[in-house]
Amino acid sequence: MDKLPPRPVPATTPRKSATFDDYSLSEIRRAAATGLYDIRGGGAKRRVPHFDDLLFLGASISRYPLEGYREKCATNVTLGTRFAKKPIELAIPITIAGMSFGSLSAQAKEALGRGASALGTSTTTGDGGMTPEERGHSNLLVYQLLPSRYGMNPNDLRQADAIEVVVGQGAKPGGGGMLLGQKISARVAEMRTLPEGIDQRSACRHPDWTGPDDLEIKLHELRELTDWEKPIYVKVGASRPYYDTALAVKAGADVVVLDGMQGGTAATQEVFIEHVGIPLLAAIRPAVQALQDLGLHRKVQLVVSGGIRNGADVAKALALGADAVSIGTAALAALGDNDPALEEEYRALGTTAGAYDDWHEGRDPAGITTQDPGLAARLDPVAAGRRLANYLAVLTLEAQTIARACGKSHVLNLEPEDLVALTVEAAAMAQVPLAGTQWIPGKSGF
Amino acid sequence: MSLVDLATTPLRELNAALHQLPPDTNNTQWTIRNPRGQHAIAVGIDAPIAVEIEGHVGYYCAGMNQQASVTIRGNAGVGLAENMMSGEVRVTGDASQAAGATAQGGTLVIGGNASARCGISLKGADIIVQGNVGHMSAFMAQAGNLVVLGDAGEALGDSLYEACLYVRGKVASLGADCIEKAMTEAHRAKLAALLTKAGLNGAVDPAAFRRYGSARRLYHFKVDNVSAY
Repeated sequence: MDKLPPRPVPATTPRKSATFDDYSLSEIRRAAATGLYDIRGGGAKRRVPHFDDLLFLGASISRYPLEGYREKCATNVTLGTRFAKKPIELAIPITIAGMSFGSLSAQAKEALGRGASALGTSTTTGDGGMTPEERGHSNLLVYQLLPSRYGMNPNDLRQADAIEVVVGQGAKPGGGGMLLGQKISARVAEMRTLPEGIDQRSACRHPDWTGPDDLEIKLHELRELTDWEKPIYVKVGASRPYYDTALAVKAGADVVVLDGMQGGTAATQEVFIEHVGIPLLAAIRPAVQALQDLGLHRKVQLVVSGGIRNGADVAKALALGADAVSIGTAALAALGDNDPALEEEYRALGTTAGAYDDWHEGRDPAGITTQDPGLAARLDPVAAGRRLANYLAVLTLEAQTIARACGKSHVLNLEPEDLVALTVEAAAMAQVPLAGTQWIPGKSGF
Repeated sequence: MSLVDLATTPLRELNAALHQLPPDTNNTQWTIRNPRGQHAIAVGIDAPIAVEIEGHVGYYCAGMNQQASVTIRGNAGVGLAENMMSGEVRVTGDASQAAGATAQGGTLVIGGNASARCGISLKGADIIVQGNVGHMSAFMAQAGNLVVLGDAGEALGDSLYEACLYVRGKVASLGADCIEKAMTEAHRAKLAALLTKAGLNGAVDPAAFRRYGSARRLYHFKVDNVSAY
């Protein structure tokens, strides 16, 4: 009998490390070649517990639903009812988050104003002050008071509809602003009193107050300056939401704005975006708890942001106790950011549609995150504003659809009891039961 | 002339009255008695008036001032004349931290000493301090002038942009990217004009000052400068 030929030694399938994955290795090579940390725009890209891990319990026998399209489900919300003589009346509980002229083109700012105004909601300025285009196209405009105070002007404070004192943001709690030289055009430089073309790194702390006791006195100054007319928001990045909310309320805020780690930024270090701060899902309940402990839930309004994509996310945020949400990244996508129609140009920049985040370089082919006049001219502010208005309308309709299914005549009547969680983590963070059980980790005995 | 006694008149009433003044008001002389360290006195004025405050004031006195001349006969708390746009603010005594923070225009004259972070993020105003200034003064100052007749504390002008700093006394240390620069005839003339603004013309010799400004090494991030961050 012939002997079988010797078998080759079986080879194992090449296996890449789960720890040292392709992205991590590419970042090591990039860091080794440049000696610089990676800077990018946007929010956390890693998977974190989010609203997808929650589900609504629609009405059945124990709850009574409302008829879609026939029975009214209101969406209006009033912000600033605590102290301000002139609170802001929003038609929908979805606002546009603070984004600066400088990080965005003038066309993009105008489009945001047009879209928001069409749906009866507010936009927000950013680092660098208020532009006439922005004020002119935003029926309701929130003016941000930031640590840098670039372009800070008492006249603009007075002509704003509300003032947002920015302590931090979700993408980088504890970090300052960054606008690199490519985007410091002559107009941006003049507005910020900076030399043209330099790298601008703005401060992470306010120049004239430190700590909650000082903040209280600062808010009092802003009240006096605006004759107690304007609602004053305090914005914090989500890190210690219970204490930050309590301290903002103690300082006299009318509205607390809470931004989770998925919230975007114009530019900061990748390591900051991905490793500092907590997801929005984990932040809302502690903030609401602080307001409830102070007897001020729904009296001091809570606006949350960071990863809001659709009407379900809006409804879930409201059900957990927020009064409104704020969108930034999604609003830019509605304007045309990261559109696959521009794939060829994204590839020329070494990226792909959906992944483009080098917003600080100012080469955005969509004309949104740029100060290049040629690129910015690509964005038609009227058409882009219309797209944003359409998107805001869909978010609202979707949230109403869910609220009616839960038997609510106002989206603000949604409540934690309408929710369950798909994962133990989400159940613990949102403090709602794991689906099919009565178990809320940390609440139900163990 | 208007006389307001804050021992009997609420602060809100005073500030509301100041805000309601028309640009061509004839009511241009205001005296405020018994400030008793209250915060936010005379913030947000936008009229060409003169305001005399007889006593010590708290935080943010004359904050965001436009056009008015405000004189404080006493000491001032944190954030005196913060983000002033125009006009003039004088304090006869000392000023606490962050005096003239982010001020964009106008003149701030401090008769005594100023505490830490005087002129932080200065954006165009002129600040003249007759005494000393504390640490981190002119931190990230972008434009304008800080004149110190006395000494400066540690880390003067840290991360400075284009503001000009003149110090007659000792500087404990310079902050990142702040260097001493040549004092030319043009600078002495400019300094003399600033001293005149403060009412010190002839009393102080511009030649006794040293000038400090930005080395502009941090204007663009370079890994070689990492030790400065």
